Amino acid sequence: MKTSTWIKLVIIIVIVAIFGAYTLPSLIGKQKAKEISSLFNGLLPTDTINLGLDLKGGMHLVLGVDTDKAVFVVISRAAENIQQQLINAKIAADSVIPEAEGYRIKIHLVDNKDINRAVDLIIKSLPNYRVINDGNPIVIQLKKEIADKIKKRAIEQAISVIRNRVNQFGVTEPTVVKAGDDHIVVDLPGIKNANRAVRLLGETARLELHLVDDKVDVSDALNGNLPPDDEVLYQIQRDPTTGEISKIPFVVKKEPVITGDMITNATVRFGGTLNQPYVAFELNSEGAKIFAKFTATHIGKRLAIVLDNVIYSAPVIQSRIGGGRGQITGNFTLEEAHDLALVLRSGSLPAPVKVLQKVTIGPSLGKISIEKGKKAMIFGALAVILFMIFYYRLSGVLADLALILNIVIIFGTMVMLHATLTLPGIAGIALTVGMAVDANVLIYERIREELLIGRSIHDAVNTGYSRAFITILDANITTLIIALILYQFGSGPVKGFAITMAIGLLANMFTAITFTKTVFEIVLDKFKPSKLSI
Amino acid sequence: MVQFIKPGILIDFVSKFKIAISLSLILILIGVGHLIWKGPKLGIEFKGGTSIQVEFDKPVNVSALRDAIKNSKFFADSRIQNIGGSNKRYIIYTKVSTSSTTTSIESKLKELLDKQFKGGYKILEVDMVGPKVGKEFRDKGIIAIVLSLIAILIYISLRFQYRFAIGAILALVHDVLITVGFLSIFGYEFTLDVVAAILTIVGYSVNDTIVIFDRIREKVKTNRKLSNTEAINMGVSETLSRTILTAGTTLFVVLSLYLFGGHALKGMSFALLVGIISGTYSSIFIASPTLLMFKGELIPQKKEVDSTEKFKQKFEFDNMKM
Repeated sequence: MKTSTWIKLVIIIVIVAIFGAYTLPSLIGKQKAKEISSLFNGLLPTDTINLGLDLKGGMHLVLGVDTDKAVFVVISRAAENIQQQLINAKIAADSVIPEAEGYRIKIHLVDNKDINRAVDLIIKSLPNYRVINDGNPIVIQLKKEIADKIKKRAIEQAISVIRNRVNQFGVTEPTVVKAGDDHIVVDLPGIKNANRAVRLLGETARLELHLVDDKVDVSDALNGNLPPDDEVLYQIQRDPTTGEISKIPFVVKKEPVITGDMITNATVRFGGTLNQPYVAFELNSEGAKIFAKFTATHIGKRLAIVLDNVIYSAPVIQSRIGGGRGQITGNFTLEEAHDLALVLRSGSLPAPVKVLQKVTIGPSLGKISIEKGKKAMIFGALAVILFMIFYYRLSGVLADLALILNIVIIFGTMVMLHATLTLPGIAGIALTVGMAVDANVLIYERIREELLIGRSIHDAVNTGYSRAFITILDANITTLIIALILYQFGSGPVKGFAITMAIGLLANMFTAITFTKTVFEIVLDKFKPSKLSI
Repeated sequence: MVQFIKPGILIDFVSKFKIAISLSLILILIGVGHLIWKGPKLGIEFKGGTSIQVEFDKPVNVSALRDAIKNSKFFADSRIQNIGGSNKRYIIYTKVSTSSTTTSIESKLKELLDKQFKGGYKILEVDMVGPKVGKEFRDKGIIAIVLSLIAILIYISLRFQYRFAIGAILALVHDVLITVGFLSIFGYEFTLDVVAAILTIVGYSVNDTIVIFDRIREKVKTNRKLSNTEAINMGVSETLSRTILTAGTTLFVVLSLYLFGGHALKGMSFALLVGIISGTYSSIFIASPTLLMFKGELIPQKKEVDSTEKFKQKFEFDNMKM
């Protein structure tokens, strides 16, 4: 045998061994793989193939982050800041209005002669804005790059908060990843209560403590008689026996005393006359200081506990509360209290999150799918394998070996890359099986032609391979291009399909050409057959 | 030696071009006409909405199920589809896609079913897609198909000649239109999986066409006396055996996916089934004769021969030292 053949043989054996080792655990189960691996000092891989949610059941969510809202929060704060500055500089303004559209702030001045002074002040104090109209009203706009930065940060923050919540929810192997500009994809395998999970992930959880303004009559306020620094919020109460929902309005100060970012911990406790669950929270040192000072000076007043603009409770401050501890009571069920504590612990979302797509697959459906996919694949592959032997005899057996090696390489690569096998992915593998023999058919047909015109076996094999090679390359590259485009633009299951197709094509090039050619070379060299079984 | 196609056979495929193109045009007109007349049946990935798959313990009448949900505004005009044929598994499609976190469609349906059937059922799958995401999927699907066409056009133009690229593109547009038409006539929905299948068909169609083109080019190069018609007929005839074998093995597998793959793979495997048959047919009867529509010889330009030869030598197996 030539040295080059020896080298090829060694390469083939190494590849079979590596991919075989990665494929094996998926076939015999993780436990058994661990036992075998321990015999070899734990050197062998024990990871099994990662099944998609459509095969094992679970929930797939695409969340959209309302990044515009995050930017609007920033410009609203800037608007309040401007108002304060104008007052300090003794410039009278009719209104300072933040606009979500175009991220602008419109400042109407009372007196036109103040325009220049006001513009100077704004330029000096708000470097992130540019003045787009210096008449009356003055219009300023948040710089685009700053807005983009805020949006980007909002997404990143949202991802970390959601990851936090998912981890605390106790799901094994969850995924939380960014997709596109403002989407977050969350995969939760084996989730039981889908609705609860969605509720938990979507909760903005902006907790604020607001002072109730008892100087203003609630009915007056509802008629529009509301001081500028006050707002009306509602407490939603559900009657535990009738299930009836009632909304109680409160007039509270706009500026919160304490905000959620000062919370360091939140837990469920039980107490009260009925031993009901409530949520106890702890504040950081800054929050504790503010809280102690505030409660000391506002004894007898009510403090509204507001989560996402809904009042949970509005207890009366009995005494100064030191130590930075507080509690939220309400008519909680145990589950509600747990979830509230969880979202408070994991922090608030910087912007509202909306569920754009939700797929929940029950575990039984996953099992049905995997069974049917397996059955279809085995049946199809079996038919192809038998046909190849029928049509090409011993050479057909070789093509079948190449086909099996092809499947092993696809599986092994998927385990290595931690790629996910989905139902369309199984279809992708099945299709590869059908198309994988194409390369061998091309080669074999060529060899037959060459034999027919009377070439020697050795020459026929060599010419068959070299003639077919360029065709195989052209054909596979075009299909590969499509697989890559499919991967780029596909989502979820389609991506899985594209991955298996691309890996299959590459594996195909190796098995159909290098693998079978080497075997041919060895057989022809060793046995010098007078007839080729093809 | 088992052989389906006798060696040395030469069939005059080119002369069948007119019949073939008429047949194809009729099929495309019927299919695409049906699609335009009825409008595409889009899966919820593309139009937004919610689909819920339920399995009952005992067979349930469709009308009983419809009665159970018809009075809710969420399900007023929802479509109910029986799957598996045993009257146990149903898919309920509704246009509503709610992302409000408090009332989900799923819990609403549970409430209605509990009232009517007192348990005795399981919710297997819930699929909700908001309209905005649906639009995004649609745009991406179209971009993916257009980009693939451009990429193939460029690749074939570089490796062969511009006219080969036109032939290949014409054939694959043919295959996509036939597939889309058949999907519409047989009432399949356009889902993400079906789009993936269509793109796969594009790949298969080009793959098949290129193999034949390669042989035609080889014929022209080795025997410069051949007329274009002769070269095409010989190229197609000589690869016919391979074309039928590969189409056959791929069809085996796709047919088994269609028959045994279960409901989730039905649309996808049907599209593949039609596409592969069409792809094989079009590479023989459409793509190759199209080459004749352009004047001039099929001999590759001088420059092109050089680059191909160099490329070939580089990869030639005999010279390859591993």
